[in-house]
Amino acid sequence: MSNFRFVIGRFLGAIPTLLILICLAFLLVKSAPGGPFDFERSLPEEVEANLRAAYNLDDPVYLQLFKYIGDLMQGDFGPSFQYRDYTVTELISTGFPVSLRLGVAAILLALIFGSLIGSIAALNQNSKLDYGVMFFGMIGISIPNFVMAPLLVLFFSIGLRALPAGGYNGGDFYHMILPVVSLALPQMAYIARLTRGSMIEVLSSNFVRTAKAQGLPVRTILLAHVLKPAFLPVVSYLGPATAAIITGSVVVEQIFGLPGLGRYFVQGALNRDYTLVMGVVVFYGCLIILFNLIVDTLYGFIDPKIKQNR
Amino acid sequence: MLGLILFGCGSGTDNKNATKEALIIGGLSGNELAEKQVFTKNNGSDPGTLDPHRAEGVPASNVLRDLYEGLVSEAANGDYIPGVAESWNISQDGKTYRFTIREGAVWSNGDKVVAEDFVFSLRRSVDPKTLSNYSSMLYPIKNARDVVLGKAPTDRLGVSAEGEKTLIIELEEPTPYFISLLTHSTTYPVHPPTVKEHGPLFTRPENMVSNGAFTLKDWRIQDYILLSRNERYWDDTNTTLSEVYYYPLDNPDASLRRYRANELDFTDTTPSEQLPWIKKNLKEELKITPYFGSYYYGFNNSKPPFKNNPELRIALSLAVNRTIITDIVLGAGQIPAFTFVPPVKEYQGTQPEWAKLTQEEREDLAEELYAQAGFDKNNPLSIEIIYNTSENHKRVALAVASMWKKVLGVETKLRNQEWKVFLETRRLQEETEIFRGGWIGDYDDPYTFSELLHSENEMNHSGYASAEYDALLKSASLKPAGKDRTGDLLQAEQIMLNDMPVIPLYFYVSQHLIKPWVVGLEGNVMDHHYSKYVKILKTETLTSE
Repeated sequence: MSNFRFVIGRFLGAIPTLLILICLAFLLVKSAPGGPFDFERSLPEEVEANLRAAYNLDDPVYLQLFKYIGDLMQGDFGPSFQYRDYTVTELISTGFPVSLRLGVAAILLALIFGSLIGSIAALNQNSKLDYGVMFFGMIGISIPNFVMAPLLVLFFSIGLRALPAGGYNGGDFYHMILPVVSLALPQMAYIARLTRGSMIEVLSSNFVRTAKAQGLPVRTILLAHVLKPAFLPVVSYLGPATAAIITGSVVVEQIFGLPGLGRYFVQGALNRDYTLVMGVVVFYGCLIILFNLIVDTLYGFIDPKIKQNR
Repeated sequence: MLGLILFGCGSGTDNKNATKEALIIGGLSGNELAEKQVFTKNNGSDPGTLDPHRAEGVPASNVLRDLYEGLVSEAANGDYIPGVAESWNISQDGKTYRFTIREGAVWSNGDKVVAEDFVFSLRRSVDPKTLSNYSSMLYPIKNARDVVLGKAPTDRLGVSAEGEKTLIIELEEPTPYFISLLTHSTTYPVHPPTVKEHGPLFTRPENMVSNGAFTLKDWRIQDYILLSRNERYWDDTNTTLSEVYYYPLDNPDASLRRYRANELDFTDTTPSEQLPWIKKNLKEELKITPYFGSYYYGFNNSKPPFKNNPELRIALSLAVNRTIITDIVLGAGQIPAFTFVPPVKEYQGTQPEWAKLTQEEREDLAEELYAQAGFDKNNPLSIEIIYNTSENHKRVALAVASMWKKVLGVETKLRNQEWKVFLETRRLQEETEIFRGGWIGDYDDPYTFSELLHSENEMNHSGYASAEYDALLKSASLKPAGKDRTGDLLQAEQIMLNDMPVIPLYFYVSQHLIKPWVVGLEGNVMDHHYSKYVKILKTETLTSE
């Protein structure tokens, strides 16, 4: 019951957060110099006036904001400025599946390989294997994906001609390999280091020593006593990792020309597509809040030390 | 004749037993076609819409040119040829055009294209309710301006049909470049029943009915636009391609990588930092053609120090060594510019006197004028160049600033702004001193450049206002094509160059990478390319030890 109350409480608590996010983002977007109707070929005044009226840009900003929030409550993100025949809702629903596919694949890859590599390194602490793995981990963290991605393309697509250099192609396996890998690498490296550190700490803790003294088999010790506490930091890192994957996808989608939300966001910002940028911000805002909520709930299940109804 | 053969070494093997790879293009005859007639192009970005009347920008025009056909079309080399109109005649006074609609012109759903479709479409194009960005292009048509500005109903537009086959367009003034406007998307026909039924959704692949060589098969936003051959197109027998892909890659480096990975047959441009590499490794595939565009620096003529100070403006212009900019800073084959309007057809701008001097002589003259304007090396001019963020613009600005410093001692600050911010700053003319400008002609007539410096033009960001210049433009607009009109425009440009409200720097070139198996494309000054002329040749790879 306490869990349920906790979830409801956090859920209600998210509403003001979201409202503040919307207001701040709205004001920031509107205060950016330049507008959606500034083109190389300037518009005749009358034509621009027509366009401004059609998009309600002549109202005072606070009125526009109220109207926007009102529309949002009805699930209407408004028409896009840049894609003149599309609504933002339509754009998000075409772009999100692409980003979701990319993000989920990257998170899974980072999580599985990261924790695996980290565990192996921890179990072979201070061996050559450990140093080797951690060295590559350091490289993975420090090389940003806008450097890593072109390098991977140069090697695998142009050099070996083994994988496509970009494009989505309906999201088939081959087209997703390089984007997923370039997005996952830094997170994978980070998770590996996190797992290693935490596992070494758990391995040297009193209860593990006791278990060893009792003569339990290593496998049982690892599975029953070490894994759960060792992965706690990894689970709590999932929230920030999701945020990092989302921001990373903005770059990776741009490099590989993937039609995901990150690319929409960049193009929307460059074109002063107010509604599209707002739509993506609100959508991702909701998503991150939701995800943090899930992680917090999950945390309570894994770690009995944490009482959720504090 | 044997097809083109390209040699290359297989990668990944050491030199001793390297496999030699030879790519044979076009088979034994050299023009054997590939089985798969699919053409993949990078288009630079996504069009905002595929509604021809509301579309804006080069990427949209590229796609619309394949989807729709206007009254007039273009050959591969850019010459005007009959499109939907099989012929036309122009009245004595040059103000009334009668077009005969081609027998056999049909929409992709089988409906006949009739004159009334054009009446509907042109009225829609100027209707303020359509919210077109480009409706001012149609101002030459009688009453168009009043309709666009909401002062007259759309049926007052000077366009009418006589039966199914005859379309009459009346103009305000003889407009010699009117035929070229008819290749612009604002004048394309749309299928009236579809537009009426679907409203703005008529551009969706499942709804669109078009009349060009291709139809819209799919549009995945930010992914690709896929066109497929329109078998009902009147000239379909001459179409070879079955499908065309347009990719919206805005990053020239990404575009180059995908070109090298054979995922693109055609790039919209080339990354300037990679140009030396491209010239070395892809020389045969790099196609550079003069492009109808002008790159310039504009002065803010409405504020000091440039207001009423032609000596200073000319001095700064003379001190720029344009050849260094085109050959060393840019290096793609851009052409040094001493006039504002790029050469087009019979219009060859008259070079000002100082263009004939050597650069040293120009610099001496610059120093003299600089002194006349009240500046010298001890009392130097201090100014700011503002440009939109881009590596190329920065390099040009750095070069110009160092030339001014060296020749005149001018202290120049550089300021870059993001594109939309820059557009606003430049339009407001509040904080600009010297700004970057670039213009690509909308139609192949000098007027598309000349009008930019008219005192009432909304794109005149330099604030140049010369009654004499305006009068010559007015006089030219009343005349039909010919020496008289060209003379007026040349004289106007002379007057402008003596005032030097802007510094012409160079004329653009279009830069494409095109795979050797793509044939049928020709370079042209408007950089207009129609996929209906493209063929893909067969390629075979021969490997030998």
